[in-house]
Amino acid sequence: MIFFKRAVFLGLIFLFIAPSYAELTIDVTEGLDSAVPIAVVPFASSGVPVNISAVVNADLERSGYFKMMAEQGMPSKPNTLAAVNFSEWQGLGQNYLVIGQVSDAGGGQYNVQFQLLDVFKSGQLLGYRMSSSAADLRRTAHHISDLIFEKLTGKKGVFSGRIAYITTNNQGSKQQSQQLQVADADGFNPQTVASSVEPLMSPSWSPDGKKLAYVSFERKSAAIYVQTLATGERVRVAEFPGINGAPAWSPDGTRLALTLSKDGSPDIYVLNLTTRSLTRLTKSFAIDTEPSWSPDGGSIVFTSDRGGKPQIYRVPSQGGEEKRLTFSGDYNARASFSPDGKSLVLVHGNGNDYRIAVMDLATRSMNVLTSGRSDESPSFAPNGSMILYASKKGRTGFLSAVSLDGKMQQKLVFNSGEVREPAWAP
Amino acid sequence: MKLNKILLALAISTLFLSACSDTDEKDASLTDGSQNAASGINDAATSGLNKGAGMNGSEISGNGDYASTLGPEFNDPNNPLSKRTIYFMLDSSEVMPDFVPVIAAHAQYLIANPSQHITLEGNADERGSREYNIALGEQRAKSVSGMMKARGVSESQLQIISYGEEKPAAFGSDEAAWEKNRRVEIVYLPR
Repeated sequence: MIFFKRAVFLGLIFLFIAPSYAELTIDVTEGLDSAVPIAVVPFASSGVPVNISAVVNADLERSGYFKMMAEQGMPSKPNTLAAVNFSEWQGLGQNYLVIGQVSDAGGGQYNVQFQLLDVFKSGQLLGYRMSSSAADLRRTAHHISDLIFEKLTGKKGVFSGRIAYITTNNQGSKQQSQQLQVADADGFNPQTVASSVEPLMSPSWSPDGKKLAYVSFERKSAAIYVQTLATGERVRVAEFPGINGAPAWSPDGTRLALTLSKDGSPDIYVLNLTTRSLTRLTKSFAIDTEPSWSPDGGSIVFTSDRGGKPQIYRVPSQGGEEKRLTFSGDYNARASFSPDGKSLVLVHGNGNDYRIAVMDLATRSMNVLTSGRSDESPSFAPNGSMILYASKKGRTGFLSAVSLDGKMQQKLVFNSGEVREPAWAP
Repeated sequence: MKLNKILLALAISTLFLSACSDTDEKDASLTDGSQNAASGINDAATSGLNKGAGMNGSEISGNGDYASTLGPEFNDPNNPLSKRTIYFMLDSSEVMPDFVPVIAAHAQYLIANPSQHITLEGNADERGSREYNIALGEQRAKSVSGMMKARGVSESQLQIISYGEEKPAAFGSDEAAWEKNRRVEIVYLPR
């Protein structure tokens, strides 16, 4: 007991120190009623630096698809199939069970083993054994979550994905600095990939997830950069007079759609990244901005105030007729497509409230998913199951995710400053 | 006891997490493209920092800018030249009548001092999408520059930049803050 007390004391110190490393924390604010009951039994492990089953539990919980069983309510803690008494889990209304173990394989390596069990069929659905370095244990845990999620929902998991976002430190002071960061999908392992005292904006992932395009004002004018994450190498691809903004990769990765105002009002252009040739796509006298490609690359949606208020329009990516898509509400902006191309997620303004909405392209019905006053920068998760967006309360900007029916909300809280413009890696 | 164990486990995992968060990641069994890419981000962080940083924290526009050194008229509250911020209505780039004399005074000064250059910095409040607000800020700056040019200021004396909602003058999510942020700042550049 004395040992434990001391360990806990030490542990608390590290808990307070740790946030400067793992800067985002997640807070599930609402869950789905229809969530499937599942129990992730703590894996048998000793001296393992990452609590794998806790990471898996958190991943599955924040997906909104599952109702996690609390450890306190578990009748037993089996780690092998032989030790599982299926009837006791059936009695507790659990549909699935995850069991596993982690062992030290020596040389800094760990063996991780898990099984996904169907409680009612009393059998295994999935089982894997993998080895992992200490540094990679979290990634291994996310990989396990992906496998379980895909097996049970038929959708690819997004737990081992990454997100990019912009943060501001010392907001409001003269020393404020802005960082473009990339982190795991659960906010851990944040890495700064670019930093400036002038604004950074609009990160956009290349379809292969290897590069980010973004806007930087570091030269006291707007310019668009394409940065290769692995090397940090970057190329300035647009620095015309006026606005250079809103870069969006074509699905084949060869072109960037962007906003330029070099010829007058802001218009949509397409920049061929190989030939550097620039094609003008829109020619209105109004604001045209925020282009986004359809998944098939055939068309581009954008925001335009040519009708008086900002609304979403669509144009063939080779140029052609521009058609208005949104008619409900007096402010619709920053649209992007769902991965299946059937709907758009956008910022829907109503009076003083700006919220995230999904519009079905076939029916044109608009479904408002959030209830904030200043929600912005929405994007679909690569599997289409969730939408990541930026929200604000007072001076604090944080990231949130919402399920497509709006019922599951999760919040990623940053320790200090503002977090905004999240973009989920493909 | 159970709580202690959980706390201990948490503490241990947190401890190692912190220790591991900036080490390279490699894994024998799970090796795939994403892992390699992930380990590469470490490199990008450093080089991104080196390349992305080092932009000097040059002066901030608004009060205390170069204009205040140009002459007493720029600091005299009764002189329109002391006003160097033009405010706008929501989602509008139309100059309100109150600000026409301010723009006219600056135009007159620029015509009399053809070697003087200014930057018109367009801004927006936080509401709505960020890139749309960049466009809105530019329209506001262009409204002001259009009025100055109409009064005879040479185009070569005027630069325009829009920061959208990225450089708020006031923080907060209420009308009091928003109305301070829907603005164009007239920034006099050192001659």
